Amino acid sequence: MPRPMMAHAPAVWIRRTLAALLVALVVGAVLASALGTRRERADFVFTGGGEVRSLDPHAATGIPEGRVIRALFEGLVVRDPQTLAPAPGCAETWEVSPDGRTYTFHLRPDARWSNGDPVTAADFVWSWTRLLEPRTAAEYAAQLWCVEGAREFASGGDGARDPTLLGLRALDERTFEVRLAEVQPRFLDVLCFYAFVPLHRASIEALQARHPTSWGTLWTRPEHLVSNGAYYLAERRIHERIRLAKSPHYWDADGVAMRTIDVLALESWSSALNLYLTGEIDWVDGAIPSNLVGQLTQREDFRATPYLGVYFYRVNTTRPPLDDVRVRQALSRTVRRAEITNKVLKAGQAPNHSFTPWGRIGDYVAPAMAPGDPAAAASLLAAAGFATPASKGAGKPFPKLELHFNSSETHRALAEVVAHHWKQALGIDAKLRNQEWKAFLSAQSSLDYDLSRSSWIGDYADPGNFLEIWTSDSPNNRTGWKNARYDELIARARGTLVGAQRNALYREAEQILLNELPCIPIYSYVSQNLVNPRLGGFDDNALNEPSLSRLYWRDGVELDAARKADKRGKKRAPAPGPINGLRSPRMDALLFDASGGAQGRPLNEEQR
Amino acid sequence: MLRFLARRAAWFALTTWVVITLAFFLLRAAPGGPFSSERKLHPSVEAALREQYHLDWPLWKQYLHTLGPLNLDERGWLGDGADPFGGVLAGDFGPSMQHRDVSVNDVLASSLPISITLGSLALALALVLGLSAGVASAHSPGSKLDQSVRALATGGLVLPNFVLASLLVLVFAFWIPVLPVAGFGTPRHLVLPSLALALPFAAYIARLSRAGLLETLSKDYIRTARAKGASRARILWKHAMRGALAPVVSYLGPAAAGVLTGSLVIERIFAIPGAGTHFIASALNRDYTLAMGVTVVYAVLVFGFNTLVDVAYTLLDPRLDLEQEA
Repeated sequence: MPRPMMAHAPAVWIRRTLAALLVALVVGAVLASALGTRRERADFVFTGGGEVRSLDPHAATGIPEGRVIRALFEGLVVRDPQTLAPAPGCAETWEVSPDGRTYTFHLRPDARWSNGDPVTAADFVWSWTRLLEPRTAAEYAAQLWCVEGAREFASGGDGARDPTLLGLRALDERTFEVRLAEVQPRFLDVLCFYAFVPLHRASIEALQARHPTSWGTLWTRPEHLVSNGAYYLAERRIHERIRLAKSPHYWDADGVAMRTIDVLALESWSSALNLYLTGEIDWVDGAIPSNLVGQLTQREDFRATPYLGVYFYRVNTTRPPLDDVRVRQALSRTVRRAEITNKVLKAGQAPNHSFTPWGRIGDYVAPAMAPGDPAAAASLLAAAGFATPASKGAGKPFPKLELHFNSSETHRALAEVVAHHWKQALGIDAKLRNQEWKAFLSAQSSLDYDLSRSSWIGDYADPGNFLEIWTSDSPNNRTGWKNARYDELIARARGTLVGAQRNALYREAEQILLNELPCIPIYSYVSQNLVNPRLGGFDDNALNEPSLSRLYWRDGVELDAARKADKRGKKRAPAPGPINGLRSPRMDALLFDASGGAQGRPLNEEQR
Repeated sequence: MLRFLARRAAWFALTTWVVITLAFFLLRAAPGGPFSSERKLHPSVEAALREQYHLDWPLWKQYLHTLGPLNLDERGWLGDGADPFGGVLAGDFGPSMQHRDVSVNDVLASSLPISITLGSLALALALVLGLSAGVASAHSPGSKLDQSVRALATGGLVLPNFVLASLLVLVFAFWIPVLPVAGFGTPRHLVLPSLALALPFAAYIARLSRAGLLETLSKDYIRTARAKGASRARILWKHAMRGALAPVVSYLGPAAAGVLTGSLVIERIFAIPGAGTHFIASALNRDYTLAMGVTVVYAVLVFGFNTLVDVAYTLLDPRLDLEQEA
């Protein structure tokens, strides 16, 4: 059927339309990107890795989330960024009853929400009740189960829950009392965690009343979020950035230097590195790929600090031949850990000879496991009835082992080295098997592995944090290993108030663990930070948790002094940023007093 | 034309349904779930989360709830009726399971315009660069210009876009620091990513249009035009171009799909908050709802673009009849 219009005059029509479409596309695209808010660079920009998954302290669990939430909210106590010891936060002082079961916190009179409301004891009662509420589904709720009535409250049915039975009471506006059902020696350390910050009841409930069918997280949007920390949420663009702005109502606003902070969501570490190298961001953390380790660790702005984390292999103790403790010991004693840290990782990690990272946490010193010894290992294996390179055919051949890890180049490189060590010393063939993360976790949970890569990061500086995962009922055990004596020791340590006694119990427990070896510890982590040398107030600690509210920019004089004091002899790195520094009003005032005139003089270490 | 579009619409409905169904069951069949993590959740917490996201329902009910258009939870059809409609068919993908502060619709609303901006810019750039290179090359075949265009085009074709992206960053952000290395917010931030995304396609378009032009230029009607005394430029632009354009236009369909998938990598390298990032991350995180949302949207985009290209193709070449396609 003829279609005259189209058959006769398509060319001009189409060419024009196509051209117009093309132009419209380009103009539209450029306009759209130009309309995207053009903002000034924040005073301080950093990335904690990927997108922050939630700003609700009860829903969040990760490390990037923690950095933002701790800037937004302040709990009763906060960790001292240098020592990690609990220090006054929203609570100015507190008392603990002699039996360790009643904590009375006195809130600061000047503690305020970002909308000006005072922070009250009732805010804490409400927030902690919300945390314990099963419908909140908060991972960290279990940490509060030591509170009177909390366990019953958390497990009761919808009708059976009575928040008034909880051991949480507002004695008056500013006095908050917590009664514990079980002694928790590290209760204050636990409270430093960001899940236990107060939430602003009025704004959350008002939103819920207005939007009863919302998912319950509307309140975390910038236009609704009311917080009590040094910063408030100014802007949030999904998968792009979170902007924090200094809260004028924060009780210590005078001590805060950075007026705005941007937290970028960067999935790829190399993009983060590129942004850092061009001065667009001031702090990047994350494991440096092995091809760059040599170069970056030489720079003055690379900072590696012992980190509260341990890298290890789980051993499936339900599978022969790994159910034989001698086999596990033989495997552990042939891994040359120093070779791994010095030749593969190279960023400052240390070989680990206990499950506790770095062999000690605070005043707890971990026992050491049997030292590496290929000959001893071979005889252990022979004693278990297996052939070894030295046994000249005696004993049964060792079955093929599988070394299971989640897909990553570092894990593969490490597994290859370990497999090589076993082959060399024991003649054991280990096959490598990698899986994508979730499939890997699923296989590990169902004990579908021989040896499986793992790591564990502490929430606070306490050996219990690491040793408790190996009790028989722990969901994080995942090796099939059970030891009644171990369970008993851990349970006793948990209820022991005196530090020295508790440490002794933990030491005995860890010795059992290191003899039995349901896990083969490999190395202790270091935090790997690239930090703009101009940045002041950045405290290195074992949790890699510098306090954002203490950061400031050094001026030229102070930067030079800091560089002179730095004895590491590393290569100079660019230090972009405000040449005249940016200090908190309090530091500026100190400076002004110290110099006795308007001429600014940089603070030295003593004055700070 | 109308019948063609109607048939396409029917296919579209079927395709979308198949995509939704496949995505739903494949995601659920993958090991692990949205709430599995190295630090295992307490069973009571995990149960509460599963309840919150209806993962405790039988699979058929989850499927119907995901598909829509009826909302099956307590706020929906059978409950208090506050939200009677929901699910993909109602345009509601539900809450994201990993990004717990936002719904999938929020995520798509913020990221999709960015990906579309980047994609159209790249496609336009590919067309402009590719066509001009192709024309310049065909203008004097065998010349130095032609040879270098062909060499460059081959280079653009064999280099994967992430290598190209890294090269561009190295040159234009580090050696000659004129453009930002990554990020989003100003037009300058779009230059390198859209270039990196466009160049491989531009290379292919250059080859296509060069070959098309050369072929057309040897046709009888061109010789007639030349005999008539038409200038070389006029012959090239006025007479030969249309014939040469046909293969390029038909390539636009796959190219658009390629730009979409290419942007998954480019967005990551340049830290652009587009939808591509979610495509990979949501599947890896077992974020069932977000993965469903991104998959459906991409399927719709690819389908829509192919239909557009088919329409444009017939407009360009009237000998083709869409009605006879079947």
